[in-house]
Amino acid sequence: MRTLLALLLAAGAARAAGRSQVVTTTEDLASLVREVGGDRITVESIARGYQDPHFVEPKPSFLLKLQKADLLVLVGRDLEIGWLSPLVTQSRNARIQPGAAGYMDASLTCEILDVPAGQITRAMGDVHPLGNPHYWLDPANGRRIARAVEQRLSRLQPGDAAEFGRRLADFDRRLGEAEKQWESRMAPYRGRKVISYHRSWSNFAKRFGLEVAGYVEPKPGIPPTPSHTLDVIRGMKRDNIKLILVEPYFDLRTPESIARQTGGQVVVLLPSVGGVKEVKDYFQLFDYNINLLAGLFAKVP
Amino acid sequence: MRRFLIILSICPALAAQDAAELLAKMKAMEARIQALEKEVAALKTAPAAPAAVTVSEAPQEKSAEPLPPALGQRTSTLPYYGPAVQSSKIFNPDMAAIGTFAGAAGSPGSRPGYALEMSEAEVAVQAIVDPYARADFFFSFGEKGVELEEGYLTLSALPGGFQARAGKMRAVFGKVNTFHLHTLPWVDRPLVTQNLLGGEEGISDAGLSISRILPAPKGVFLEATAQVYRGDSEGVFQSYRRDNLGTVGRLRGYRDLSESTNIDLGASYARGHSPLGPSLTTQLYGLDATLRWKPLRRAIYHSFLARTEAVWGRAQQPEAVAKPFGYYVSGEYQLARRWLVGGRFDRSDRLESALRDTGGSILLTYRPSEFSQIRGQIRRTRYGERMTANEFLFQFQYSIGAHGAHPF
Repeated sequence: MRTLLALLLAAGAARAAGRSQVVTTTEDLASLVREVGGDRITVESIARGYQDPHFVEPKPSFLLKLQKADLLVLVGRDLEIGWLSPLVTQSRNARIQPGAAGYMDASLTCEILDVPAGQITRAMGDVHPLGNPHYWLDPANGRRIARAVEQRLSRLQPGDAAEFGRRLADFDRRLGEAEKQWESRMAPYRGRKVISYHRSWSNFAKRFGLEVAGYVEPKPGIPPTPSHTLDVIRGMKRDNIKLILVEPYFDLRTPESIARQTGGQVVVLLPSVGGVKEVKDYFQLFDYNINLLAGLFAKVP
Repeated sequence: MRRFLIILSICPALAAQDAAELLAKMKAMEARIQALEKEVAALKTAPAAPAAVTVSEAPQEKSAEPLPPALGQRTSTLPYYGPAVQSSKIFNPDMAAIGTFAGAAGSPGSRPGYALEMSEAEVAVQAIVDPYARADFFFSFGEKGVELEEGYLTLSALPGGFQARAGKMRAVFGKVNTFHLHTLPWVDRPLVTQNLLGGEEGISDAGLSISRILPAPKGVFLEATAQVYRGDSEGVFQSYRRDNLGTVGRLRGYRDLSESTNIDLGASYARGHSPLGPSLTTQLYGLDATLRWKPLRRAIYHSFLARTEAVWGRAQQPEAVAKPFGYYVSGEYQLARRWLVGGRFDRSDRLESALRDTGGSILLTYRPSEFSQIRGQIRRTRYGERMTANEFLFQFQYSIGAHGAHPF
């Protein structure tokens, strides 16, 4: 009984303090919301950084989070199409239903790449008809998301609007400084070609001057096939490509086999905050990936 | 006269002045039209995606730049990705068709079926109605006709944490009763469903449903659902008068044991009038348990699901009360991204006779993509009439269009 009372009190404490409860679909969004909201809000993510955000199980335990949320921030562009909709519907929370003030699609102010042109069919694989949803991997989009979050939080908690504005400006300044460092670190390797497993790196590659010359997947969402793998090997040998970028949730067997036959190297690059334990925020995500890539580019021709 | 002369002398000057003003105005209008033409041309050639975001690339400048007001407004509305999407995403519902083609070989025992059959083409039409509700329709097209498998309105924004549904629904009795054909982990439905819960259709009827998440210790999801139906569910319940309503209740508890493992328990109850007569009632009690395992880092490659459901019946008959019992235990393991193996054991009494059927199956499923699968099932059934069926069942399933995600 005492435990139950303590739990109820703890749950009520956040509300009593007037802190908005924010739920995000990914840890990247949670990190950006935390940058703006600080301790004036609470935020938690549904997906973990080391899991494939396309395939999250809509567990009832997530409903417990969504039921109390004041704001839901999602990646959009159909990334969560396989799991978010039933969670939102079953949350019994009018505040976060599509169209409500607490439903925020973070992609709406971002630069979106790979929007397919012409006829789209499933013969193209699990293609995203609304563009590449891995857009947060360009810090410029991170800034855009943070701004939209600041506007939304300020409407939710007008009393803290000045604090949110101050925190956004601080984030903006720190991100600007970090971007200069990341760009100078990657500058010597502009134009380098890489192979990636899934089409997760379009925004990252554009921003830091890399060229993704091919994919381990023959088509988005379709597992590697022997004939396509041979094409990738031939392409890597022809263009002297040495790095294969793999997200932490994909099997390494095919990429490692390709690497063995081409003298290349497999790099487990992180598409999300929380991909490994030490990457706890949006800044550390780019620090980790850029240090890893720059270190490897320096070693391979 | 002098005045007349003055007017005459002024007129040409005024006329010249008017003409100059008119010319200037026309030039201004021409320039404005040209500017508008340019804007129209620019809009026509602009990409649909919000590349329209006019954020400058220098970080220092970005900090001072406010959000474009139009985009700022959009963030508070439905996702709006551009003109091309607007008509299809907002004004048309999500539509999908799911085909199920099945075949069987071997001795069928006491339940003969087709060798080859287009079991079902399910057409799903789903959309948000307004800020307060969404609608879901599932039409089942068989070889012999069409029926509304489900069609309901969900009120998702009720006060007090309630959620309500109105329409034709599969009742929330246990787990498998709520599954559509294409979400089953087997080719067929288990014997307990066939014998006690109305077969392929299951307990399915027109009615009202209300559910609520109940307060529970931290980390426990507890949900109660109460449903009232007209009372017609083929093979299980029959309504003879308006007040012969059917009722269904369910309590569901769920808990994450770890980030990869969870347990899901449920207790269900259903009551309605018996097809055997208006003065007779049938009551059903069910318990179900599901254990799931899916490691998050390799979620697309490996998973395991074990499930059991048990159903007790209390069916009034003209001269006795039958108390049938049935259950199944099943498991499914995902070996690799595209391959799953499974097994099921089931046993069930029949609702209207004292016969008992027992069966066992092993299954292999291959999924070329998220949108298609091929499944084989070897099934051995010992029917109550002392007939044994050894069968090989197979199934092709495929989905086209935008099919919404299923509840967990």
